[in-house]
Amino acid sequence: MRKSPMKKDKNRNNIMAKDPILAKHNKTEKLIKSKNIKDQLFYLFGFLILVAASFILFALISDLFIRGASRLNFDFLTHFPSRKPEAAGILSAWVGSLAVMLVTSSVSLVLGVMTGIYLEEYAPKNIFTFLIELAIVNMAGIPSITFGLMALGIFVYQFNFGQSILTAGLTLGLLVLPIIIVTTREALKSIPNHLREAAYSLGASKYQIVRDHLLPYSSGGILTGMILALSRAVGETAPLITIGALTFIAFLPTPPIQSTPPFVSFEWLWDGFTVLPIQMFNWVSRPQEEFHINAAATGAILLMLTLILNAGAIWLRYKFRKRYHW
Amino acid sequence: MGLLVNEPNAVKAIKADVKNFNFYYGQKQAVKDVNFSVYQNKVTALIGPSGCGKSTLLRSLNRIHDLYKGFKTEGEVILHPEQINILDKSIDPTFVRMRVGMVFQKPNPFPKSIYENVVYGLKIRGLKKRALLEQKCEESLKAAGLWDEVKDRLDQLATGLSGGQQQRLCIARALAVEPDLLLLDEPTSALDPISTSVIEDLVIELKNKVTILIVTHNLQQAARCSDFTAFMYLGELIEFGETNKLFTKPQNVKTENYITGRFG
Repeated sequence: MRKSPMKKDKNRNNIMAKDPILAKHNKTEKLIKSKNIKDQLFYLFGFLILVAASFILFALISDLFIRGASRLNFDFLTHFPSRKPEAAGILSAWVGSLAVMLVTSSVSLVLGVMTGIYLEEYAPKNIFTFLIELAIVNMAGIPSITFGLMALGIFVYQFNFGQSILTAGLTLGLLVLPIIIVTTREALKSIPNHLREAAYSLGASKYQIVRDHLLPYSSGGILTGMILALSRAVGETAPLITIGALTFIAFLPTPPIQSTPPFVSFEWLWDGFTVLPIQMFNWVSRPQEEFHINAAATGAILLMLTLILNAGAIWLRYKFRKRYHW
Repeated sequence: MGLLVNEPNAVKAIKADVKNFNFYYGQKQAVKDVNFSVYQNKVTALIGPSGCGKSTLLRSLNRIHDLYKGFKTEGEVILHPEQINILDKSIDPTFVRMRVGMVFQKPNPFPKSIYENVVYGLKIRGLKKRALLEQKCEESLKAAGLWDEVKDRLDQLATGLSGGQQQRLCIARALAVEPDLLLLDEPTSALDPISTSVIEDLVIELKNKVTILIVTHNLQQAARCSDFTAFMYLGELIEFGETNKLFTKPQNVKTENYITGRFG
């Protein structure tokens, strides 16, 4: 029973070899087959790499969460660090992270978006602009600790800002500046020229076009870049250690809102601080095992923060894509 | 056109005069020594094969070329009645664009609401009163023949309209600021035949309000809706005249060949 189809197949091959058109078909068939095999191999290869990468990530995350599980509770968030590991918390660290991020985002958003708009919409194409662009690209590749050294020299010693929230915010702000500039420029580039022409033809000035069209249409891209930049800045440790951030902080910055006039205070900018990754670094370098549990719990919280920020970026991108399409 | 026959000495009001107009992209000359007049409340069509410089000429009239680099213009385009040369570099291009509106080949509404699209030109001219803006919006949309289709959804995104509706919205947007001269750069080339005929009817209707200069690839369109036609070929103005004369008794053999479909 098995033999007859085989025989038939052989016959078919014979006929095909004689007829040039059929032979050509045969060749094409073989080519497609070999392409399909390559396709499937590539698919398999890619899939395996994806599985491996996801597995490592999953293992790391679950390890952090399992180790830190016993400390992941509300008390951990509301207590200051302590010599006793079971009483220690990350209150000063997350408040510090939040305050530093606030300064970082204001500095980098204003500087980055302005630079992006200038380079994309205003700057003439000359050697000066070219050098600025080159500097920005290189800035993205500078090791973060170098930013820390620069900040130590300029902000701490030259401007006497001290080891403060302001210094840290400015340092991280400069660190993520290239990310914001590049995303702003990309967002502006993706706005088609015919929309600019439409606005110009109605008699709008350049400033009006930037304000009424380019900024709103690119806001999704800019915000996405902002969030991605923050999720990088929130995990930075090296430059903050370089400027001399303290590792043991048992107090909170001055509250920004006061009960006495003028009610608003910027005193907190000058306060000492610690941030989540530094707190983590501190605990991990202790010999006691109990502190390592604290470090794992802090890591888990930092990771969740980053994931939330990234999810926010994806959501924003989706929302703005739906609103602004052309 | 009856005007010319009955009153041969009557001076027709001229909206713009193009005088010795030359245009260069770098070294390449795209428009060569063009002279003609755009008559007030008439439709003037610019026809000619691709690359003959008609769009280049049109885009010079509201200084849209100023957004890009590597071009040079010579000659004058005098806008009446003020008699200003709109090509003059000392004249602010924004001032020119405030007077001369433009509708592009591809519909280009802003990704904002229909209402915001129509009133944008008024807003940048400093109009703020909501009631006045709404009234102008309605007038312009009616003039563009779009009011009945969109009056219930003025707050919806303009990008959700059909291509023909988007183009009429762009016309409404240009009309809202009451320009002296409206430039249409192949306004129907991206549209289906029904939307095209709607826009052609609109052009004929609009000439009571505004002087129109239209660039078109479509000869029938020029014949149907224009009063004057300029035929351009390889950057030169070959013939300019009243549309019915140019199409029935062309003076130049190139014009005749083009309109009878022998080339182009």
